[in-house]
Amino acid sequence: MTAYVIRRVLWGIALLIIVCALTFILFRILPTGNPAVLRAGRDPQPHLIKEIERVLGLNKSLPTQFWDYLKEVFFHFKFGYSYYSQESVLTLIKERLPATVSLAIGAAVIWVVAGLSVGIISALKQRSFWDRASMGTALVLISAPEFWLGLIVLFLFSEDIGKFKIFPGAGSYVPISQDPWKWFTSLILPWFVLAAGSAAVFARLMRGSLIETMNEDYIRTARAKGLTERRVVRQGVRGAINPIVTLLALEIGVLLGGAVLVETVFNIPGVGRLAYESIVHADFEVVQGTVLLASMFIIIANLVADIGYAYLDPRVRYS
Amino acid sequence: MSDPAQPLLRAENLRVEFPGEDGVVHAVDGITYQVFPGKTLGIVGESGSGKTVSSLTTLGLTRIQGANVSGRILFEGRDLVALPDSELRTIRGNDIAMIFQDPLSALHPLYSVGKQLTEAMRAHRDISKRQAQERAIELLGLVGIPDPKRRVDAYPHEYSGGMRQRAMIAMALANEPKLLIADEPTTALDVTVQAQILALMERLQDELGMAIIIITHDLGVVAEMADDIAVMYAGRIVETASAEALFANPEHPYTWGLLKSIPRLEADRSELLVPIPGTPPSLISPPSGCHFHPRCAYAQPDHSRIDPQLEPVPDDPGHFVACLLEPEARRRLWAELQEGRRPQEAISEVGLGGEAG
Repeated sequence: MTAYVIRRVLWGIALLIIVCALTFILFRILPTGNPAVLRAGRDPQPHLIKEIERVLGLNKSLPTQFWDYLKEVFFHFKFGYSYYSQESVLTLIKERLPATVSLAIGAAVIWVVAGLSVGIISALKQRSFWDRASMGTALVLISAPEFWLGLIVLFLFSEDIGKFKIFPGAGSYVPISQDPWKWFTSLILPWFVLAAGSAAVFARLMRGSLIETMNEDYIRTARAKGLTERRVVRQGVRGAINPIVTLLALEIGVLLGGAVLVETVFNIPGVGRLAYESIVHADFEVVQGTVLLASMFIIIANLVADIGYAYLDPRVRYS
Repeated sequence: MSDPAQPLLRAENLRVEFPGEDGVVHAVDGITYQVFPGKTLGIVGESGSGKTVSSLTTLGLTRIQGANVSGRILFEGRDLVALPDSELRTIRGNDIAMIFQDPLSALHPLYSVGKQLTEAMRAHRDISKRQAQERAIELLGLVGIPDPKRRVDAYPHEYSGGMRQRAMIAMALANEPKLLIADEPTTALDVTVQAQILALMERLQDELGMAIIIITHDLGVVAEMADDIAVMYAGRIVETASAEALFANPEHPYTWGLLKSIPRLEADRSELLVPIPGTPPSLISPPSGCHFHPRCAYAQPDHSRIDPQLEPVPDDPGHFVACLLEPEARRRLWAELQEGRRPQEAISEVGLGGEAG
């Protein structure tokens, strides 16, 4: 098991280098604009552009630039400076992280709790009105992109432009340290919008998985033993949950992608919006920093899910 | 204690139907059987003959799947068919326990064997986790699992097939049931392990005095275990008798077919096996008249119209058969088959139905 974890961590680091390279290549090859030109003012003089390129290190060869970046990141844990605001990328991300963490954790809780419970009830009341209604809603939510859903709920429920003025609208986010109640209410809509798609996917998965396990022989055995139906269902859920755990890690990636959109729609100053803004400003070092952070998070989540899977299923042993 | 002369369990005119998209499946079609305290009843038939469904119905487990059940199942004076599920649950796994064909799929893969054992006990008795754990170890030892103290915490996939079935049996015995229903308990096991499991069940029956209903397609198993045998075909009992009587003087052509399809070690190698032709009928629209007539070598034209009833065999008390052939003709046919003749030869020998053949 230890050997397995070490191997997975090494693979994770290799993967991060590959992600770095891909972002690097994408940014240089696809014409997002020359950062030096964007910074040289309205009527850029060629010598000014050259000077800026020299300062930013853009005049060196691509492999040298890449190597310089990697050296800084992996040996000094330095992620460079924003071309745009001259601030350290690490500082920028640190400033923005609490908002994204607040958003992601709340959404993940709603996603898992709502997804699993709706799925379980639907499976047990198969073909009932509840089942059809919730599975129909789930299908709509799976198909709805976050930016669309975000605008719809703002239009319906936000205090400023909503038809039913219930929740604070876009741009109302405050840090939890400043005002916990305001923090909570301002995040209710974003949480639901971000969680909706994943919760819907999980509800459908859980329903299918539980329907399958409730037909297993061991459920018949549990009933034959005279267990209460509650306990029988618990055994079914225990059997159904394992395949879902693997997908948990995959879905976290989707959640982080969604965070970029939700933060943008609701104007939440998080890492997602930082990523979005830095792409617009061709702020390469910041983009690279946010992408690395997200990749690292997904790699860790996958590792945790795989270890959790071995813990949940005694038949799985990594060697 | 229960009176040995009174049946412990008696099913009367039991019918189980599953409404389905293609029509109603008549899985069990009005059967009557009984098992006495401490005795063993063998229910024999092909897959799809309704033998498993009838026993699942005893525990109320077909009801959950949406089956329509009618008739009565009397157990210690109570009708299990009419009992509400909450009361039936106190009988399930407590007075009546069941073991299944494939112990790997019948055990929960994610719970340790010990946990599944203690759970069975704690569902019916108010005992502490520790007591239950100690009893689980004791039970595993009783069913012959080596080193039960260590094995109690193992998971089903860490057991061999035979050990899993032993663990299933231990689980069924946890609450000292009065009746054990064993549904094809040896089918998924190697032959040598099969014999061990049957021997174990016999030993436990002697020690604990429980009645057993053993469901199987294997006449060898019932020959070994059963006091009485019921042969089922297409949801009905076609013949029932004591084990000796059934093997000595089988009356139903289907029973003959079952007996003649078993290879015998001591038989001459030139002696051919005589399989029953065809496949078991659809239970949605079973054949008219005698359900067996399309596969019966001795069927007469009117057998597709008349429904045979389970009737006593003359001069053999306790032996019942549902066959439209004359008793005399049946005896002579079986005698011919015993001589090693093929069904067609036996028919012309006996001169069945005038110009049969």
